[in-house]
Parts: sequence; C-alpha cells; structure tokens
Amino acid sequence: MNPRPVLRTAKKENRNFGKNGSIQLLLFVMFLLFADNVIAQTTISGKVKDNKGKPIPGASIAIKDTYDGGTSDSLGNYRFKTSEKGEQILLASSIGFKILEEKINITDRSIQIDFVLKEEPNELKAVVVSAGTFEASDTKRTTVLNPIDIVTTASANADVTGAIRTLPGTQQVGESEGLFVRGGTAQESKVFIDGTMVNNFFFSSVPDIAQRGRFSPFIFKGTVFSSGGYSALYGQALSSVLLLESVDFPERSSASLGISTVGLSGGYQQLSKKKNASWGISYAYTNLELYYRIVKQKPDFFRKPALHNSEANFRIKTSRTGILKFYGYFNWSDLGIRRPDIDSAVLKNAFSLKNLNMYSNLSWREKLGSKWKMNIGLSYSTNTDDIQQKLQDQGNKELEFTGEPYASKWFDLTSKADLAQVKAVFDRRLAGLSVLRFGGEYLASRDRSDFTNYFVTKAKNKFDDHLKAGFVEADIYLTNDIAAKVGTRIEHSSVINKTNLVPRISLAYKAGDNGQFSAAYGIFYQKPDRQILLFQRQLDYSKATHYILNYQKVSRNYTLRTEIFYKKYQGLIKTGIDTTNLGYGDAKGFEVFWRDRKTFKNVDYWISYSYLDTKRDYLNFPFAITPNFASKHTASLVLKKFVTKMKTQFNGSYTFATGRPYYNIRYSQSENKYKIADQGRTIPYNSLSFSVNYLPDIGKTDAKRFTVFVFSVTNVLNSKQVFGYNYSYNGLVKEAVVPPARQFFFIGCFLSFGVDRSQDVINSNL
Amino acid sequence: MKSIMMIFLSVLFTHALVAQNEKYTNAMKKNIAELESAMQKGAMPDLANNFLRIADAEKTQWLPYYYASYCTVMNAFMEQDKTKTDGIADKAEELIKKAEELAGGENSETCVIKSMIASAHLMVDPQSRWMQYGQTSGVHIAKAKSLDPDNPRPIFLEGQGKFYTPEQFGGGKAPAKELFTKALEMFDKFKPTSELHPSWGRSATNYFLAQCN
Repeated sequence: MNPRPVLRTAKKENRNFGKNGSIQLLLFVMFLLFADNVIAQTTISGKVKDNKGKPIPGASIAIKDTYDGGTSDSLGNYRFKTSEKGEQILLASSIGFKILEEKINITDRSIQIDFVLKEEPNELKAVVVSAGTFEASDTKRTTVLNPIDIVTTASANADVTGAIRTLPGTQQVGESEGLFVRGGTAQESKVFIDGTMVNNFFFSSVPDIAQRGRFSPFIFKGTVFSSGGYSALYGQALSSVLLLESVDFPERSSASLGISTVGLSGGYQQLSKKKNASWGISYAYTNLELYYRIVKQKPDFFRKPALHNSEANFRIKTSRTGILKFYGYFNWSDLGIRRPDIDSAVLKNAFSLKNLNMYSNLSWREKLGSKWKMNIGLSYSTNTDDIQQKLQDQGNKELEFTGEPYASKWFDLTSKADLAQVKAVFDRRLAGLSVLRFGGEYLASRDRSDFTNYFVTKAKNKFDDHLKAGFVEADIYLTNDIAAKVGTRIEHSSVINKTNLVPRISLAYKAGDNGQFSAAYGIFYQKPDRQILLFQRQLDYSKATHYILNYQKVSRNYTLRTEIFYKKYQGLIKTGIDTTNLGYGDAKGFEVFWRDRKTFKNVDYWISYSYLDTKRDYLNFPFAITPNFASKHTASLVLKKFVTKMKTQFNGSYTFATGRPYYNIRYSQSENKYKIADQGRTIPYNSLSFSVNYLPDIGKTDAKRFTVFVFSVTNVLNSKQVFGYNYSYNGLVKEAVVPPARQFFFIGCFLSFGVDRSQDVINSNL
Repeated sequence: MKSIMMIFLSVLFTHALVAQNEKYTNAMKKNIAELESAMQKGAMPDLANNFLRIADAEKTQWLPYYYASYCTVMNAFMEQDKTKTDGIADKAEELIKKAEELAGGENSETCVIKSMIASAHLMVDPQSRWMQYGQTSGVHIAKAKSLDPDNPRPIFLEGQGKFYTPEQFGGGKAPAKELFTKALEMFDKFKPTSELHPSWGRSATNYFLAQCN
C-alpha cells in the first residue's frame, strides 16, 4: 500500500519539529489527525473529446493511485476536487479509447486540463474491407446476415447456396447447380470449408435439374460469400468464393431425430465434461418414392432418388486458444429419369446415376504466442459417378441404334475424381490491427473417366494435377478508419505446366458512423475444367480481372449496400473446332442490398437487386453473346416474421428475374464454323416461396427437448418457369426446360434431446 | 524525549493505518449508499468510475472491482445504443475477473455478475444469441446458487429473467412472482459478511414484485 504523499511530507517535517519540544509535537499530532479535513482542496476541471472533436461522456478522470477523480458529463465536461498536492499523474480513460496520462502539479490554484482521447484499435469498430463480400457469422460485429438467416430463408430449403441466391450478384438458374455470379459460370465459383477447397460441393449433375448443396447448413457457424475481389488466400475461382467455417464445440451433448416427407435422420453429439472435446455421428436416409407418388413429377423417375448419408466429427481443444476439428462425410445416392426423346415420337431417353461421395476435412487452428496465429487444413475427397444413358421404346425396352442422332444417345460413363490437399496460413500481428498473413497450399488431384458407346469401348481418359500455390497478404490499418488489404498469389499447375502470379488489392475508408467506401482490384486465374482437361492439356489458365466499388452503411437495424463492378475475361476456353484459350468476355453491373429489421415490428426483411450486362465468347459460341445463364435484372425480397405468441416464424421470399437468352448453336459444315440457328428469350422467372418454423420449446431454459416443425412450399403461385430450350438434332423442334414439378412441398419435424449437463458443468468448475 | 518520540511514532503509524482503512471503508460506504439513487439518476458510469478509482488505488481489495463491474454491467443494460453494449459488457467482464483474482477465485456474488454480463450480451441480439448467452447466463446463476444457497441475488435474477420472458416461453408474471417472493424471504435472512459486502437487490425485488400484481 502506498502511503499517501501528504503523510510522506509530514514525516520529514516532523523531524524538525521533534527537536523543538513536545508541545509543538503534540500540536502537530493534533494537526495531523485533522489534516485530511484541513488541507485546502483544489478543483480540477476540463473537457474530454475524441480526435474528431466530439465530446466523450462517461470518461473517467483520475489522479493515479488515489480515490480522487471525476466522470465527464454528456457534454464531455468534468470537474472534481482533490486534497492531493504536488506532482501527480492524471489519467483519462473511456471504453474504446486509449488511456491518456498527463503529469500535473497541484497547488492551491485550480487546474483546467482538457483531454483528447484516441480511439483504441478495435476490430469491432474498425473499417472492414468489404468490397465484394457478404458475411454471415457469429462474431460480435454487425454483419449483413447471421447464421440463422441461412436456414430460415424461405426459398432455401436448408441449402446454404439457396440462401446465397437471394443476395445480389447471383443468378436464378434452375436447370443446373452451382452459383452463377456476375456473368460467371457455376464452375467459376468455388466453395471452401475451413479454408480448403471442396470438389463436388453439389450433388452430381442430372440433365436439366439443378442439384442441392451436399452439406447441411447447421454444421457451419460462419459464411462469407464473395462475389469478387477476394483475398489472395483463395485461388482457382474466376468469379466467386463461398467460404464456410464449421462449428466449434456443440453447446451440449444431445441426440437428434428428424422425420420429414423425404426421409429420416438421427444423430448424436457428445461433449466432454470439461468442454474440451466432442464427437458426433449422424445418419440420414432420404427417399423420394412416397413424395413423388403424391406430388407428380413430369419426367418419369423410374428409380426414385434415394440417398444414404452419414457424417462423423470430432473436435479437440489443443490449448487455451487452439482447436483441432475433423469432419467426415459419406454419401451414396441413386436415381433414374426417363424422358421422351426429342428426336423421335416413339423413343425414350433413360438416364440413371449412382453417386458415391466421401469428403473429409481436418483443420487445426492455434494461436502461437500473442502475435502469431496458425491455420492448417487437410482434406481429402473422392467422388464416383456411374452414369448410364439408354434409348428405350414405349415399353421401356432397351434399344441400340447405330445411326445419328441416336447412336450417341446411349452410353456408359464412369467418372471419378479424387482431391487431396493441404493448406497452411500463418498470421503475424503487426502494430494496431494490422496483420501480415502468408502461407501455401498443395492440391493433388486425379480425374478419370471411362466411356463406352457405339463408337468406342472403355475409352479411358485420365489426368493428374499437382497445384501448388503460395500467398502473402497484409491487412494494413492506417487508422481505425482507413484500411488496405494488399496481397499476391503465385500458382503452378502441373497438368498444364503453367505458372501465374497475381495482385489483389482492396481499400476501405470509413465515412461517417456506420458508412464506408471500399474498392477492390484483383486478377484471378483458373485452370480449365476437368471435362476439358480430360481430353486436351495443351492449354493455359483462364483469367478474370475484377474492379469493384462499394459503399455500405451497416447499423444494428438497417443495412444498405451498393456496389458497381466491371469484370474482364481473357483466355476463356473455346471448343468446337479446336480447343483453345481464345475466348474472352466481360461483365458489368451494379447491385443494391437493403435490409431493415426495425420499421415493421418483429419483421425483418431484405431486398436485393442486381443489374448485369455481360457478353462472352466461349465454348462453341460463334462470337460474344450474352450467355444463357445471365438475366439482365434480378431482384429478391426475403421476409421473416417471428410471432412470439405462436412461437412461430413465418418466412417468405420472392424472386424475380427477367428472361434469359437461349440459342440453338449449330455447326455449319459448308462454312466450317458454328452459327446461331435460332435464338430467343425465356419468359421472366417468378417464384414466391413460403415457410413456417414452429418452435414449441423455445424459451424454456430448462427444456430437455427442443422441437422444430418445418413446413415449406416453393413457388406458391404455381408460376410457370422456363429455364431454356432444348433443340432437336434437325433444329426443327424445341422443348422448354422446366422443373420436374412446379412446386416443392416439405413437412418435417426435428427433435433435439439435450442431455442437460449444466449441473455437471457447475460441479466440474467448483 | 525518546519515549515521547516512540509515542509519537506509534501514534503516527497507527493513524496512518487507521486513516487509510477508515478512508477506504468510508469511501466504499458512501458509494455503496449511492447505488440505488445512481440507478435512477443515470449516474451509473460515475459510480463505476468512483469504485474503479478506489480499486486501482487499493490494489488488493476485490470489492471495489466487484462494485465497479456491477455498475458497469448495469450501465450496459441501460445503454440505448446497442452497438456499444458489447464493449461495456466486456469492460464489466474484465473488472469481475480482476475481482475474482483478488478474491482468490469465483464466489456466489461474482457469478451473479457474470450471469448479468451474459444477459447484457444476449440482449443485443436475442434471437441469434439466445443459444450461446442464454445458457451461459443460466449456468452462472446455477453456480451462484450452489456456491451460496442463502444468496438471494441469483433468485432475484432468475425472477427477473422469468419476468421478461413471454408467457408462451414459460416466463411471465406468475412464475416471476414466485421467485421474487422467495428472494424477498431470503433477503430478510441474508446477512452480508460485512457492511461493504454486496447487499443490493431488495428494493429492486420489491419493485418487480409490485409489477407482478
């Protein structure tokens, strides 16, 4: 305990007094006893402001190591009295600001002293480089979306990418899976789980029917969707990346059960007593037999889609700040579809697909000391598609035709893709919030296909690729208000034996309380798709250059985000006569996103609008045209309303897109080139979806069971949807590509039985 | 002279100790007495700063940090600008950790504060934070109860939780009233360890109980 300075001086004086006699001494002792009350008090006052001149209320002003001090009022003014004397240190502090020390000399005269406090570098308040990026995460930062939004978007049907499709920049493509972003194909968008790339994120393609994403949205706690200008940490994606972060530890041990119109599921999660380890397993069986009996589908599903899905996970806390996570996924599916053949009134096409997919991901995250962070990810996946296409007669009997167009309509294809990869990222914290990040990745892949039809028997094609990449990136914070992300990435792909080196730069500037401007520029390379590389490897990367300007204003209740972009494509793959990198294209547009959680009570809604102007010359296009996956205008409205009384959440979403172009591109033998024989534009796309989540156990803190009932229906208005047209061999017949059924209904009940272990937790912490 | 000197020194020394101790006790008493009125006047930040100055000057007492944390978390509840709530609650967390370090570990009273801190975080975005912070808050209440079954404050907090929870979710006035009544009975029996130890909550319980009727 520090003796107070008053006493210290008194002690010194006392020695002098002591020599002069006891009366004085006694007097002094008397004086001393009342000293605290007698010594004159000094007033200290002033104003506390931030570096923009705004008053800071509630700031603390204190004389170091004493009780004396004051608090600033709503105008930033403070005033207090002290009996302290002499050299002292005055401390000014407020939450979110750096503490300021000022030496003062207290005499009898009052002191006037003002403070200007500097904002503490604060991740929550600092500007975030946001050009091109939508984030949905659990962190305290105000985000555009949160993880719950993903699962409660009416049109999404618990598919992560379904919710992403309500955000600006994406297209409504119903005939094939994937994210079509800003004039890019689905192959130009890549998905990453815990940092590593996922092959076959979607279920395997079925002609003219878009497939869902494979993974449940409930295994992810964070989602970042970037529609351009993303970080140097990610490569091999020309248009977009979707970054998914898996959950850490479950809240508690629990068992789950689900039953729905499409199947059954069950799982178990165990969390250790000390909450430092957990494991879980789950299994789901999906079969659309019953559903398709009730809701008629237009193509004849002669083998109703059936899926076996099992998952396993474990998580181990490796230190106070580290965690090791494993996620394993196994899926087997089977389906068969029969459609009338477009070239003949008496023939049918029967397509069947058996798919086996395994995915595993092991990631390790650790803080090394106070400055270093490390993220290491390993993943392995394997996917096998067993496809058969047959020509059948009206009695569904198999026929083998020899002449075109029928000869190429029956085939057997076995297609296998394996990918193993490792990625390491290191973060070194610099001054303030600035960070230097660097690392590398290695992706080893093997793609094989085995093809048999009338012309060839067991034609085997295969290629291996070793893709190595290194990257460096720095987040530079000049102040809380100005930030830059500057990075570079180098890649080498062995299959094409080419190297690329790219810059990635983005800037952000905070304007006003919640507003900020961002800009991004970057070059992105991607190797040709596997279907191309299986046959032709004398190729180069395709290249895209992004330019993005963004303004956003995010507060707790409102979000406004606007973005304009320009994207230039070079080296796109041309097929047809020769396979080359001579394709090119561009895309430009602007996007608006508005979210409002406040105006209507208990209603949360967002609106997104995208304008897209794009043309490209790729594949067999005769020249640069707007591709068939691009709508000029796309708009979505997503609405969520929770009715507390009914413990029910009502979700609605409406999406509109203007018609997309379609073409019949035919090879002209006489001119030896591809020509557009016919073209048109589809009718506009409309879809109104609705879902209800009923949560009877919500709010019961002591509930042992948590139940969710889900009811959803897509395309409530039963609007006609046309995704494009298929042409007959002679070009005389065209057939609309439409969904198998206009509407999709879903009813399900999901139960989670919490093994309530709060008592164990308490006891183990005692 | 020597003996006078001795007397003098001992007087001086004792005075210094007693004065210091008395000063601490008096300052704490004065500020503790203001807890209720500060709540009404919106002077919680001032009071938090007062306790914090005592805490930082004393360096070995856990109670000033405890009260500084209590005032800070109350301040977090009252903050209208929800974007600031998390920062204030984090400050309260930092202070209660200091209190626990000095108190030689957590006790029933610090658990009460930790439950309140979790509730403050929860209030920022109840829908998406319920799973995380709702449980944390509940665990700390349970721990507070088990560390001192006679402490009325965790019961009061439980009642408050029920009071603000809609009836459909198992809350409402009826179950809240039960808990407030129980808390009040416990307040009657509760004897704080010293006059500086926490004793707040009775009048708030009375207030809520009146609201339940």
